[in-house]
Amino acid sequence: MTIEEIKADIVDEFSMFDNWEDRYQYMIDLGKTLPLIAPEYKTDDHIIKGCQSKVWVHADMEDDKVAFTADSDAIITKGIIAILIRVFSNQHPTDIIEADTDFIDEIGLKEHLSPTRANGLVSMIKQLKMYAIAYQTQLN
Amino acid sequence: MKTVELLDVEKIRKDFPILKREVNGRPLVYLDNAATSQTPQQVINVIVDYYSNYNANIHRGVHSLSQEATDAYELARQKIQKHFNANKSHEIIFTSGTTHGINLIANGFSNRLKAGDEVIVSALEHHSNIVPWQMLCERSGANLKVIPMTQAGELDMEAYGKLLNTNTKLVFVNHISNALGTINPVAEIINMAHEVGAAVLVDGAQSVPHMNIDVQKLDADFYVCSAHKICGPTGIGMLYAKESWLLELPPYQGGGEMISEVTFEKTTYADLPHKFEAGTPNVCGGIAFGAAIDYMNAIGLEAISSYEQELLDYATQELNSLDGVVIYGPDKNKTSVISFNVENIHPYDVGTLLDKMGIAVRTGHHCAQPIMDFYQIPGTIRASFMFYNTKDEVDTFISGLKKAILMLS
Repeated sequence: MTIEEIKADIVDEFSMFDNWEDRYQYMIDLGKTLPLIAPEYKTDDHIIKGCQSKVWVHADMEDDKVAFTADSDAIITKGIIAILIRVFSNQHPTDIIEADTDFIDEIGLKEHLSPTRANGLVSMIKQLKMYAIAYQTQLN
Repeated sequence: MKTVELLDVEKIRKDFPILKREVNGRPLVYLDNAATSQTPQQVINVIVDYYSNYNANIHRGVHSLSQEATDAYELARQKIQKHFNANKSHEIIFTSGTTHGINLIANGFSNRLKAGDEVIVSALEHHSNIVPWQMLCERSGANLKVIPMTQAGELDMEAYGKLLNTNTKLVFVNHISNALGTINPVAEIINMAHEVGAAVLVDGAQSVPHMNIDVQKLDADFYVCSAHKICGPTGIGMLYAKESWLLELPPYQGGGEMISEVTFEKTTYADLPHKFEAGTPNVCGGIAFGAAIDYMNAIGLEAISSYEQELLDYATQELNSLDGVVIYGPDKNKTSVISFNVENIHPYDVGTLLDKMGIAVRTGHHCAQPIMDFYQIPGTIRASFMFYNTKDEVDTFISGLKKAILMLS
């Protein structure tokens, strides 16, 4: 699936929830199912420090596609990471570099991507793109 | 003596327009008072009146507006002097807040300290009362020593006694810990420091909203606080310093207001308090700070404090009835702050869900990372209460917390 198709799917899924409780419960459950980052990557080299929660990210490239794994010590942050990884992972570096995160507004989670939120997510998206740029350079 | 019954909380709540608003579709339950308190209409009116009727630059104007603004600003200084029982009104220096007051003193001491001198801070400090002293020690070559804390969240006074010696020049301690609510024995701390000839700065950011402070009785050398924690506006605070210190310390900033005479060869400094108030001050803020003190005194800090203790006891009892809740800090001798965690749940998650329910608490390290490191936790959830909070709000908070725990488990 392309990034745009995955985003449309996510927006569709969230449109089924008519209250914040269900939306957040879904995110919390997603957070619980997120494939954990391999322990050897859950180190200070892979950490993105927010003031409130910590995020760890690792990237690998296989068949010209970048695969991300990630984790957080806060479950809601982890749920949003699960959504972001679903969108960005297993995609070509160019597509990752060009993708935007506007769909987060549409599913009512905008506040979590505010730079003042200090949960590490804004920096995490930057980090995903940095990995994509690095792998893009390798492909060239 | 005033009693708790004299506090008409429903009437008091009507003074605070913000308490009527909704957040995320729910009535606001504001429990982040240790970060900033809300502002009553009486204080808002003073701010509006100032800008509507007598906004002017102060102290040197011969025109009427300038005179009126100067009179109101200096009257506010006198109210603050009286409230804290300072000996003289020029011992009250207006600052932009607690952090400014601390930096002013740290800067004043930078040329007085030498290598081998010792500066003591407590383990319970806010970053604003750690970093300026680290910077001061780096500049001067003095050594920074730390009064350790106990598991109960109190200062280890025996260890403090051992730290003090004739090399000790300064001691910095908060009156009340912002992260845990611990009331520190500042009178004893000051007394012990004075015995070895050290000066003491007390950070009163968290004490001023909850108790009467008598700087002369405490015998504090320096006492600092912010107006926004005591129902006043942000951007204004005060530094109390004994007159002898203010005469001795050099000015913090150069500029207008703080001079007596200027030539290119030499400048002589103005008298107190102007020596430490360079530039156009926050005139409106100072006047509103005075109004906030009037507001608090009209209710009475003793009545406020007893009512807040009642709220604290009730909230503590309710929280303790929940499974997996761990409260940090002392059981008694604390103000209306509860710092806690729920087992296996990150404080950020709880804070996020409570916000969806209109309940404002603070989560994180509360600018007191050394305390979090001591307990080996990433942070806590902190609920802090003021006299305008109610038992009903405590109930809403507890049921919101139960719901959050259920969703996160």
